[in-house]
Amino acid sequence: MCGIAGIIHRGKSNNVGGEMQKMLQSLKHRGPDSTGYALYGEGESNNYILRFKVGENVKEGTTAVKEDPAVYAIRRKEVDKKISEVGATVHADKKITDYSFRYIISYEGDLLDLAKKVESVEETEIQSLGKSLELIKDIGDASVVADQYNLNKFPGTHGIGHTRMATESGVDIRSAHPYWAYPFSDVSVVHNGQLTNYWNNRRALEAKGMRFLSSCDSELIAVYLADKIREGMELEEAMRGSLEHLDGVFTYLVATKDKLGMAKDTMAAKPMVLYESDDLVALASEEVAIRSVMPTEIDTYDPYEGEVKVWQA
Amino acid sequence: MASIKGHKSSEMGLHEEVLTGRTQQVFFNPEESENFFYHDAYDVDFNKRTEIDASNIECLDINRKIRELMSEGYGTIVIKNPGSKHSIGVGILNKLNLIVEGSLGYFGIGSTDGPNVRISGRVGWSCAENMMAGKVVVEKNAGSCFGAAIRGGDLICKGSVGARSGIDMKGGTIIVGGDAGAFTGFMMQRGRIVILGDVGPNLADSLYDGTIFVGGNIKSLGADAVEAEMTDLDVSWLKRKLKVAEIDKKVDFKKMTKIVSGKKLWNYDNLEPTERKGAI
Repeated sequence: MCGIAGIIHRGKSNNVGGEMQKMLQSLKHRGPDSTGYALYGEGESNNYILRFKVGENVKEGTTAVKEDPAVYAIRRKEVDKKISEVGATVHADKKITDYSFRYIISYEGDLLDLAKKVESVEETEIQSLGKSLELIKDIGDASVVADQYNLNKFPGTHGIGHTRMATESGVDIRSAHPYWAYPFSDVSVVHNGQLTNYWNNRRALEAKGMRFLSSCDSELIAVYLADKIREGMELEEAMRGSLEHLDGVFTYLVATKDKLGMAKDTMAAKPMVLYESDDLVALASEEVAIRSVMPTEIDTYDPYEGEVKVWQA
Repeated sequence: MASIKGHKSSEMGLHEEVLTGRTQQVFFNPEESENFFYHDAYDVDFNKRTEIDASNIECLDINRKIRELMSEGYGTIVIKNPGSKHSIGVGILNKLNLIVEGSLGYFGIGSTDGPNVRISGRVGWSCAENMMAGKVVVEKNAGSCFGAAIRGGDLICKGSVGARSGIDMKGGTIIVGGDAGAFTGFMMQRGRIVILGDVGPNLADSLYDGTIFVGGNIKSLGADAVEAEMTDLDVSWLKRKLKVAEIDKKVDFKKMTKIVSGKKLWNYDNLEPTERKGAI
């Protein structure tokens, strides 16, 4: 099943971390395995925020292979070395969990080179790399993850999130959403549904040099959009193209530094409820998520089949 | 758009207004009151009114509370602060005035037989699924699968509805004041759908029987859906029904498009299963 949600404030900042936590917690019944947030904060004007993990959360119920936690420190040192080798400078670093880290770095070079270097370290995965995007995902419901990563008071303009019911891949952080649209800064995707031409598209994209970290079909949307943006396409145009090229039943949300978009497949088989006002746009798989942040009576509607919408922060 | 004119099914009279299915009509004497009530239905008084504040109650407990209040004779129940919770008001097999002040989530007012329901907000997916009788009025919009598999009653949405409204519908009437999404009336088997606005692609795909009236534009027809002629009987029925639906919209009924089944997907020359058995 899975639940997705997003919120964007027009022209102002708010506690998007707290809002997304409430929205995703109310969608827990749609996917209790893992929860992910892509939050667009006040950010770093010149520097990048790098979120990465060097291992998996191996608590009970996951499908991740158990490792000696001592390897995490070794891998982190390796990552530090790679960052330095590629010419980036670390200005601040924070250990969030044993396996997860947040760095502020300055870097002038190609993000693809940096990403490749960092991910050459065993079991290391960049979760996000951007000037305002912070992508956090882990095992457990929205409250567990928000508490673990201190997201309940996270100021920002917009965010998207996902509660996952694992169906086609493991219960681990790697298969959790959102996905960063590697190697483009500040682009993230969450998805509810199934893609039926996953392998055809994946093979074609891999042949073009795009990288996949998981076998989760949702990652394909992020990689597909990244490829189109790489070719110079605008976000909305790339999203419209996805409705032609991706088969299956799906609704997905995509966010960039200053935009939030949604696309619904031509069968309209996956739900999405929308609320729009002059101040904000909130959307989710179920209205109950919108109600968690908008308790007063509001007018909502379902977008129609094949609809693509993009909003500006 | 395909036309029914001159089609074999039209010559056979299969698109006449009166629906005369062989397998689902049940004849009963309307004088016998037991035909209208379940044996364990509560005797309620519409003038006895009460409220439920649903803000801190789970849906299961809200539904239990409705039953409890009906058993005490309350015939008018107001649900306040429903908060778009799912499955509120399901399985009511009783006469009842149910007023929902706010919006419902998925599967609201499903599998009901008898109550009159008014919802001041919006409803999520599958509102009134499997409804057998009664009247449900939604003041705002509705999600997909609105009135899925209903067997009777009047289901009204004054706003717009999502995809697959009236899917697998087996009777009753669905009236939509606004637009409707893709696959409206998909595999519909009986009953009527009225859409005053526009309709998305694949309208009435694989329609077995029943009639769909559209006031606005139709993006495309589904397999075996064909246009039929509007009759005077259609117009008078629509006038009457929209009055019942309380939709205050000026409509030129004669300009509405009537969609019925071409009956090509089903081989109607074949015998019914029971008849086939006899023949063997």
